[in-house]
Order: sequence, then C-alpha cells, then structure tokens
Amino acid sequence: MTLHLAVALDGAGWHPAAWREPDARPTELFTARYWTDLVREAQRGLLDLVTFEDSFGLPARLDATLIAAAVAPRTSGIGLVPTVITTHTEPFHIAKAIATLDYASTGRAGVRVRVDPDHAEHIGRRAPLDRTDLLDEAADYVEVVRRLWDSWEDDAEIRDTATGRFVDRDKLHYIDFAGRWFDVKGPSITPRPPQGQPLVFALAHAAPVYRLAERAADVVLVTPRDADDAAAITAQITGVPHVFGELTVFMDGADRLARLNDRAELSTDTAVFTGSPAELADLLLTWRQHGLTGFRLRPGTLPHDLTAITRGLVPELQQRGVFRRSYENGTLRDRLGLPRPENRYAATQGAR
Amino acid sequence: MTKQVHLAAHFPGVNNTTVWSDPAAGSHIEFSSFEHFARTAERARFDFLFLAEGLRLREQGGEIYDLDVVGRPDTFTVLAALSGVTTHLGLAGTINSTFNEPYEVARQFASLDHLSGGRAAWNVVTSWDAFTGENFRRGGFLAEGDRYRRAEQFLRTAWELFDSWRGDEIVADKETGEFLAGPRPGAFAHTDDHFDIAGQFNVPRGPQGRPVIFQAGDSNEGRDFAAATADAIFSRHGTLEAGQEFYADVKGRLARFGRTPDSLKVFPAATFVLGDTDADAREQAALVRRQQVSGQTAIKLLEQVWNRDLSAHDPDGPLPEDDPLLGEHTVAKGRASVRMNKDPLAVARKWRELAAAKNLSIRDLMIEVSARQTFIGAPSTVAAQINDLVQRDASDGFILVPHITPGGLDAFADKVVPLLQERGVYRTEYEGTTLRENLGLPDRHPV
Repeated sequence: MTLHLAVALDGAGWHPAAWREPDARPTELFTARYWTDLVREAQRGLLDLVTFEDSFGLPARLDATLIAAAVAPRTSGIGLVPTVITTHTEPFHIAKAIATLDYASTGRAGVRVRVDPDHAEHIGRRAPLDRTDLLDEAADYVEVVRRLWDSWEDDAEIRDTATGRFVDRDKLHYIDFAGRWFDVKGPSITPRPPQGQPLVFALAHAAPVYRLAERAADVVLVTPRDADDAAAITAQITGVPHVFGELTVFMDGADRLARLNDRAELSTDTAVFTGSPAELADLLLTWRQHGLTGFRLRPGTLPHDLTAITRGLVPELQQRGVFRRSYENGTLRDRLGLPRPENRYAATQGAR
Repeated sequence: MTKQVHLAAHFPGVNNTTVWSDPAAGSHIEFSSFEHFARTAERARFDFLFLAEGLRLREQGGEIYDLDVVGRPDTFTVLAALSGVTTHLGLAGTINSTFNEPYEVARQFASLDHLSGGRAAWNVVTSWDAFTGENFRRGGFLAEGDRYRRAEQFLRTAWELFDSWRGDEIVADKETGEFLAGPRPGAFAHTDDHFDIAGQFNVPRGPQGRPVIFQAGDSNEGRDFAAATADAIFSRHGTLEAGQEFYADVKGRLARFGRTPDSLKVFPAATFVLGDTDADAREQAALVRRQQVSGQTAIKLLEQVWNRDLSAHDPDGPLPEDDPLLGEHTVAKGRASVRMNKDPLAVARKWRELAAAKNLSIRDLMIEVSARQTFIGAPSTVAAQINDLVQRDASDGFILVPHITPGGLDAFADKVVPLLQERGVYRTEYEGTTLRENLGLPDRHPV
C-alpha cells in the first residue's frame, strides 16, 4: 500500500535561519513564482499534497488560500491545502473560498483549520477566547463549512429551458445553523465543489484537539516523539480516516542544522530528522507500523530539503514498492482512498 | 489631444442580463470559464476583469429565485487563480465592508497584489440588509444612513494597513542576518466609530502600494465619497448627455479633495450586440431582449415594483389594475435595484401611460423599460460610438457586460478592438505592468 506523503511549505523553510542558506530565495517569498516553483517540485516528486501555513501575525506572509489559488492553474495532480484561521474569519467566506479552490484545481483542494488564541486586537471584534472555547468554536465552524458545501445538491443546476428554471430550488438547502458563536442561514452562494467535501485537516498535539479532529477532520496531523509515541497517540484517536505523523527534516543535515542553530535556535513541536533518504525511508516505514497512514514532512530549509525529499526520499520509497510512480487521474480524495461522500441533504425537503 | 479609450470586462452576473438558455452559454462556476473570459480580455488589452458580489442567493415571494443564473464562486479565490493564467490584466472585485474585517480584507488584497505583480483592484461597497447578514457572524446591523460612513472608515482603515509597510523593509541580508530593516514594520493602531484595532500588519507593501479603488455610488454622498477616495468609478450613465453630465460632475468634485481630473477614471457599464450589419445587429438585439425577459421574468420584474404576488397575471396581457403595495418591500430580497424604487406609485403611473400609448403587454413593457443594449451595430459602428463617447467626455471608457458566459467577449475582442487600434485611440500593448500604470493613475504613496 502506498505511503501518503505531504510537505508543509512555510516561508524559506521551518528553521528560523533557513532564509540565510545559499540556495534560499528570501526576497521572493512574496511572489507567485516562488510558490509555483516549490509546488511544481513537490509535484515532480508525486507527493500527495502540499500544505501552506498561515497566521494573522508575524512573520510576514501572504494569505495561504490565495497562494494555493494562484498556484492551482499552474499545477496538476498535487493536492493544495491552505491553512485557515477559524477564530478570526467567517465560515461562510471560507466555505466558498475552499469550494472555489476545489473548482480551480479540479478537485485537489483541502483546508487545514487552525485556531488562533492571539491577534484578537487585529480584528477588534471581541476579547480573546480561552482554549476550550477556541476549539469548540472551530468544531462549529467546520460543521457550518461542511453543511454549506452540501447546501447545493450535485444536480441542483438544471438549466431547464422548458420551464425557464436555472436551478431546481428543491435541491438548494438552508443549513440553518444556530450555535453559541454564530448563526448561519445558507445556502452557500457556490455550488457543491468537485470533491463534494474537500478534505479537512487539523494539527493536534493533545487530547482536546484529538477530540476536535474526531468531530471535524478527515486527516489529523500528529507529532510523535518516536515510534512508541506514535502508537500511543494513534491509540487515542478513533474515527479519523487518516493520521499523519509530523516530522521536521534536514536531509543529510546534522552539520547544516548545527550551523543554522548557531544563527537562530530551532524551536519545534515535532521530532527532528537529520539523516539520509534511506534512513528516513526506514523511519517512516517503522512509524507507519504504529498506526500512521502517512506523513507531513516539514522541510528545514527550502528548496534544499524539498528537493532531497522529491529526488532522494521518493525514489528510495519507490524502490521499496511503497510509493506511486505516477499520479493516477482523480481528486485528492481519490488519492487518499476516500470516496466522494453522499450529500447530507439529498432526498430531504428543499429550501422552501 | 486624442484621449485613449479604456476597456474592461464584467464577468456575466446573476441577473437576467445573462442569457443562460442560449446554446452557447457555458458554466459560470467552472474555472475554465473564468480563464477563457480573462484570456480574451487580456488578448484585447483590456485594463481589468471585474467580478461582482452577492453573498446570499436572491429570493422572491419567499423562495429562492430560480429564473436567472444562480450561484457564483469566491471572488478573491477566482482572482488569485486568474493571476496564474494572465500577466497584465487587472483583477477587480467587489468586496463588502459590512461582512468583513479590515485586517482580513487588507491581507487578501495585499496578497492578491503581490501574487499578481500589482494588478489588484477593489470596489468598496457596504450592505445594510439583515437578509444577507443572516449568513454572517455580525448579521445585518447597519443603519442604511451609516453606509458611507462605514465604507469610508473601512477603506481608510485598510489604507492604514497597506501603508503600515513602506515597501523597503525587506533587506534579507544573508551575511548580517538582517531580514527586516527598521523597527516594528506593519505597526498600526486605529480607532473610529466602527473599528478599534491595533497590532502589526503581516503582509509587506504590494507592488501597487494600495490596490486600485473603485466606487459605484451615484448619490450626492456617493459621488463625494468617490471623489475623495476612488481611482475609478463604475457609472450607470452610458449615454452621451447623462454621461457628460456625470463625468463633469465627478471630475469637478476632485479639486475640493486636492486631486487632478486624470486621477479618477469614469467607466460606465455597457452591454452590446454586434452584427454583420447594423440592421442585423438590431435584429439580434431585439432577440436577446426577448431571451432576457421571458414571460415569467417579466412577471417577476413587475412584482419587484408592485411588491406583491402577480403570478396569476398573464405576461402577454395588460398591467394589473391595482396599484403597487406601499411600505416595506417584502417580495424581493437580496437585490440592490429593488431598494432604489423609492416611489413605486409614480413608476406604475408612468408605466401605465407608456403601455397605453404603445399598446404594450406586461412582457413588452418590461422589455421596453428595462435597459436596452448600450451598443448595437456592426463592429465599425460600435467602435465609432465608443470612441465618440470617450472623446466627448462622456466617459474614459467602458466596462463591457457580455450576455453570454464565457464567450460573449470574443467577437468584441476580434472585431471591435482592432478598429479602435486602427484609429489610434486604443493600446496595442500594455504600457505598464501594474493596473495603476495601465490606467494612467498617479502613484498613491503612504500618507
């Protein structure tokens, strides 16, 4: 069975001094060309998907959904998963943005949801929420987004010249969500996206977030220290189709990491790997035996560690018969073995 | 001096201008349609492509309105994706100041400006209806009279965010380790009646500094707002006399705000039908009007003035004998045009006189009183009309609204644009790389 492999793109890489590396392009971080080049390299390596980090605070960065959108028509095959901050945004806007990304990428979109305990003062709408409330709100948020994606049945657009009707309004649905944080009426203004439900990702370090992931996510990203920890974590999570392990990688990079750490200390929530492609392949295959279905690798520096993944790790995995040799046609859901879901509103009463 | 004509394209919208029943009509959602439309506009050296906004599906008589095109994708996402398949075309969208926060919208426009190399444009609008508000956290909380104040404060707040970076902060010196020059780039603090925010903005200054700003207001207040803040106006005055009057009026207001006449461009929206000959185009245009206003649509349009259910009436028959219902408008929801019918009794009176004089049925009347196409004719006729209106200061150019998605612009690009180029009044290549440069607008530096 193929291993699922994602790469997390962020700035010049995950090390704070990554931008000072000889091959880094720190003055291009705010250009479409930079991101297109990276995603095309990931696509060359036949990776399942790339993610794009986002935040409402520093360091400076572009909006992740818009980066993914700009890259979408310039790429094919690879999944595009931007991060969205649930705390400060509108679920109605995000539902149509990710649906639109799914259209623009012909079925390659996902979204990683993230809460933000900081930056309430950037928005000015309300005081900061505590951790429990942030997660509770995020769960409601994803519920609203998922309902909005289903608020148009697939065959709602009929273009029936005989009756003069463009849509069958019985196949459009109010979602009538009423919650503690917001009420949303619906339907979406955007028809159901190609995948029906684009994939939802969540990064989780502890039990409360595992619960959110169980309620909301198709893929949960976890941060085991080692293989045993991977087993302990996956035992705590049920009902999420995919559990991906997170790993920050400096390929053949022990010396490089030491040099980088002299400039700025890496602080990370994941295990750190510094060995060869063959050693990384060994590690991933071992961890996979402990319940992980795939991995999201965080390149320490870009493009170096991305290229080492696509041109070193991937051929190594292919030789071992655990990684694809070409993209098959299909959506990101197809790639992760997840069927296109039925619409929750199909065969119920329409928006009357 | 001969003025240069500017042209732009409005992606066909969710109203009855767009003819979906035509066999040539394609998807209004698939990205390939937007790509086709954008590539045509860029091939024709248009200044920009424009996407309108609607954040709730329209309803009439308590039901989702199903006779027009329904549904649209997300504006920012489509514009960002289009930046990947075009190189010079401006990317313009309406973004509401009621159902968004300045920090987020400023991030999105600054991001779009970076990703497109300086081609972002923002039509600032404000909604106040609770109907649309039902889809959002904040709901519809705004008093109608507050709308320009909200829009202006939102815009000025966004400007503060755009200007919070000077544009020279990123030094990225690998040797010294200095990434950003200067203390606290992006620092901002803003307080007014609508917004109370502070912190550090996290998108560096985009190629245009601030995106190009559009306004569509037509009232006295709206025109002042445009004269104070906008780079371009979407006007609804496309004829010679009305256009000249509007053009002179808004350009005349600029001096009060310390601005020159060329710093604000006026773009009326314009529909068109081309034919091999003028007679052929006229015939086509009449056909398109019948497609746009079916019998069912005619009844629905009439209901928007009569403010009640008229489904029992025959569209090929006479107007209802009863007068429109006055008071709060309850029939049609989610339409700006309905709110503009301030005096339905006067409208009804005028329509009755017109119907009697010309012996018109309901459908005939609706075709008669709803806008006919702005330009109808052979390509040479349309090119001459457009140029004449621009040279006589009725506009600086037009935003063309084709009635077919996505190919409705193709014939215009192929047949009319070369004629304007032959006259020497229309570019054959883009002058600059940013939208601001191509519109011939002055730079907007930090205040």
